[in-house]
Amino acid sequence: MTTPPPKLRFATVWLAGCSGCHMSFLDLDEWLFELAEAVEIVYSPVASDTKVFPQGVDLCLVEGAVANADNLELALQLRARSKVVVSFGDCAVTANVPGLRNLWAGVDGGSRQSVLDRGYLELADTGAQHPHAPGIVPELLERVLPLHEVIPVDHYLPGCPPSAERIRTFLEHLLRGEEPAMEGPAMLGFG
Amino acid sequence: MSAKLPAVHGSINGQAFTAAADATLLQVIRGAGLQVPTLCHLDGLTPVGACRLCLVAIEGHPKLEPACVTTVADGMVVHTHTPELETYRRMAVELFFAEGNHVCAFCVANGSCELQDVAVEVGMDHSRFPYQYPQRHVDASHPQFSLDHHRCILCTRCVRVCDEIEGAHVWDVGYRGSTCSIIAGLDQPWGDVAACTSCGKCVDVCPTGALFRKEDGTGEKHPHPERPRQLAEARSEHHWQNQ
Amino acid sequence: MAVTWRCCDATACRAAGAAALRQRLEAEVGAERVKPVGCLRLCGQGPLAAADHDDGRSELFGGVAGERRLDWAHPFFALQRPVVLERCGLVDPSSIDDALAQGAYATLAACRLRPAAELVEEVVRSGLRGRGGAGYPTGRKWQLVAAQSNASKVVVCNADEGDPGAFMDRSVMEGDPHRLLEGMAIAAQAVGAAEAYIYVRAEYPLAIERLRTAIAAATDRGVLAGLPIQLRIGAGAYVCGEETALLHSIEGGRGTPRPRPPYPAASGLWGLPTLINNVETFAAIPAILREGGDWYAAMGTAGSKGTKVFALSGAITHTGLIEVEMGTSLRTIVEAMGGGGLGVVKAVQTGGPSGGCIPVELLDTPVDYASLQQLGSIMGSGGMVVIDGSMAMPELARYFMRFCVAESCGKCLPCRAGTVQLEQLLDRFVEKRASPADLAQLEQLCGMVKATSLCGLGQSAPNPVLSTLRFFRAEYEAALAPGVVP
Ligand SMILES: Cc1cc2nc3c(=O)[nH]c(=O)nc-3n(C[C@H](O)[C@H](O)[C@H](O)COP(=O)(O)O)c2cc1C
Ligand code: SF4
Ligand code: SF4
Ligand code: SF4
Ligand code: SF4
Ligand code: FES
Ligand code: FES
Repeated sequence: MTTPPPKLRFATVWLAGCSGCHMSFLDLDEWLFELAEAVEIVYSPVASDTKVFPQGVDLCLVEGAVANADNLELALQLRARSKVVVSFGDCAVTANVPGLRNLWAGVDGGSRQSVLDRGYLELADTGAQHPHAPGIVPELLERVLPLHEVIPVDHYLPGCPPSAERIRTFLEHLLRGEEPAMEGPAMLGFG
Repeated sequence: MSAKLPAVHGSINGQAFTAAADATLLQVIRGAGLQVPTLCHLDGLTPVGACRLCLVAIEGHPKLEPACVTTVADGMVVHTHTPELETYRRMAVELFFAEGNHVCAFCVANGSCELQDVAVEVGMDHSRFPYQYPQRHVDASHPQFSLDHHRCILCTRCVRVCDEIEGAHVWDVGYRGSTCSIIAGLDQPWGDVAACTSCGKCVDVCPTGALFRKEDGTGEKHPHPERPRQLAEARSEHHWQNQ
Repeated sequence: MAVTWRCCDATACRAAGAAALRQRLEAEVGAERVKPVGCLRLCGQGPLAAADHDDGRSELFGGVAGERRLDWAHPFFALQRPVVLERCGLVDPSSIDDALAQGAYATLAACRLRPAAELVEEVVRSGLRGRGGAGYPTGRKWQLVAAQSNASKVVVCNADEGDPGAFMDRSVMEGDPHRLLEGMAIAAQAVGAAEAYIYVRAEYPLAIERLRTAIAAATDRGVLAGLPIQLRIGAGAYVCGEETALLHSIEGGRGTPRPRPPYPAASGLWGLPTLINNVETFAAIPAILREGGDWYAAMGTAGSKGTKVFALSGAITHTGLIEVEMGTSLRTIVEAMGGGGLGVVKAVQTGGPSGGCIPVELLDTPVDYASLQQLGSIMGSGGMVVIDGSMAMPELARYFMRFCVAESCGKCLPCRAGTVQLEQLLDRFVEKRASPADLAQLEQLCGMVKATSLCGLGQSAPNPVLSTLRFFRAEYEAALAPGVVP
């Protein structure tokens, strides 16, 4: 009697990004069924209800930059608990749009203060005030970082978002146990 | 290429070539159907050898040489893609991204940007060098065009096309080192520089989303890098007389 | 018995109170017995004044009140071999009569009777190599320019001297400007040039003043063989010492280098064949043509002929200007001439921001082009800084990298953007928060900037890092912080 090989434990994580990379992932449509055959989704904002990042993850796609204390904590946790970590999309790879506030790192008060002032005081129509809910609203980091400046990253999947086709080719390689060939306009390219 | 000059022979990546003695290595490489990345070079403009992407290895030369400004010589044995060159090119492209503020997702040039293309060509999937987030600005003072310095890679194509083809010399390079920037007139707002004829040539040749037409939104820029060569040729061959 | 005073009136002594010293002496013995001269070498003890007695004895004093009696017999002076500096400190730099009395322009006059090719040949035989840093054989450069068929050619003197710690060229211009003019006029005759420029940095006001005076006087007396020499004042960019950037700057353009070839010898100022040499190179010419190329070649080593001027500074007892035979060991310079380190000598830095550090274990290294290059440093233009044990090497490397970041012209990417990243990587080592990946990246980026930059500034900017990595790697490894990821 043969037991089927254990399924690959698969996770996706959403840090400081717009969720577009996950939307593109969902654009894989019916291929998702094939994926579901091959992997067990153990953590994901779009395909799992698990609230705590589990142990023993084989493959983890990470969308988004590291912008606040929660992002940082989750990044460290997922690294410790995953075999293979993928920077998934431009925000994870370059800090991209969330990283724009780093342009204010050099101005008075720094980027954290500036972005909060801009967002919650200057642009407020009514009731201008900073959000304050310790333990609920995480503290912003002074500098928004791409994932690989916080934890070691094994693969990079650029694109804003990476197309479903690009994600699929990438995952197919990994599922076959091959190094994904990150070459050419189909697999590379920001934006 | 002039027929009077004697031909020279050599090889590129093991492939033999014959070329006019005044040809540049870049012309020969492209003539042979091979490819090296370029950013500062543009056919029709004086080459400057500034981006260093087209560097090649020539046997017997102690240094790497920029193909765009190096004239061929008889017996040259050239290699365009040694492991060393590939490593350095990828690092160069990473440095380009890291020194400016490139957010392709909402850039006018997204999809038609030579820096993006070069990143793909050299296999860059991320930058190992931290992004610098330099404080730069956008000059939107011109009625038709804008210059977003965040995306400028200082290739000086705009400087050269305006000087050499349009003859207006609106642009120059100001400041030094990492604070260098393209300046209009005497470091004035572009719209205040009376010398600008609004010909749009600088916008046509800009390889990135730095120079663009105001009506263009994200991903809508259509550059025309072929124009300087066409104009230079038209002038030297007196095309307008043969119509 | 009568005494004549030679008072150093060069920049370092002026800063140390030379004017007060001279006033005092003039009040004592009368102005006619006090003569201003160029650098007397031991700048660190300045202001200096030499008392020449009628019987031939000479004494040396330092300090405004002459409070420090110094010793001409000290190895600092005794081991010097003045050729370029043979008149510096003896002649009144503002007086053409004094210069003429001491032999200025006699060689030029003699050269005018000789065929140009013979002059070039003499320089070839001398084995003189460019003193501006690159060490290109001067005779060969002259041959290249002489061989150009153009009717108009130009001679340019590179007096931009921007390396931190270097003041050799300044001392020549301040101390014996006529020697430079004579060397340039001989060069012009040898290569067939009819006009000449000196590009000198604006930070050298005294050198500029002395040159102006000297050019006016020499032109007035007709001793320059009709060569018009023009001064051009640089605005203080280090890279304007690079020859193509310098030529752009003279033409009124932005001081940025361009790829070579074409070399200036073929196409330089205004596209004309241009001979460009360093101040010290030109200043060696009159002695070479006077005594013969073989005489010069008899000094020094096989690959490095003649003498070289160094600006000795840093953590060393005697700081100042020395001219020694090529091949003199660093140990002789540091221990005998310099009187040893102020603290424990750790290394000697040569070649400034383009050079490297020779560790104290290798102090027996002879100072010549090949030996220094073999150790990953360079002769450079002549800055020599003694480093003591209190200096951490990553910090020293960062100091020079910051210099390169500030002085990069910004034209080519590797130097403009690469040096910035190198400085930030070095920050991590200085602040002891580097990872092993940082060390690998530091080395790789050094290789890239060196191999791919357009001009010598970028190509040599990694040298201080590479050389300290080579000899003091343990200091970089000790800066790795255990917990830093990635
Ligand atoms: C960044 C840089 C700075 C330089 N600065 C000087 C300088 O200040 N003085 C100088 O004589 N040569 C300098 N050089 C060297 C010149 O480019 C050139 O080699 C020299 O003037 C030639 O004269 P020589 O053959 O007599 O040395 C510099 C080179 C570089 C790359
Ligand atoms: S200029 Fe090119 S690389 Fe830069 S943001 Fe725009 S598309 Fe991206
Ligand atoms: S629009 Fe034409 S004239 Fe104006 S700056 Fe651009 S190239 Fe020059
Ligand atoms: S504006 Fe465009 S063309 Fe001009 S230097 Fe910058 S990137 Fe090059
Ligand atoms: S190496 Fe540096 S100084 Fe030289 S051209 Fe390039 S940017 Fe300018
Ligand atoms: S294309 Fe040759 S250096 Fe830029
Ligand atoms: S400046 Fe006076 S001794 Fe050197």
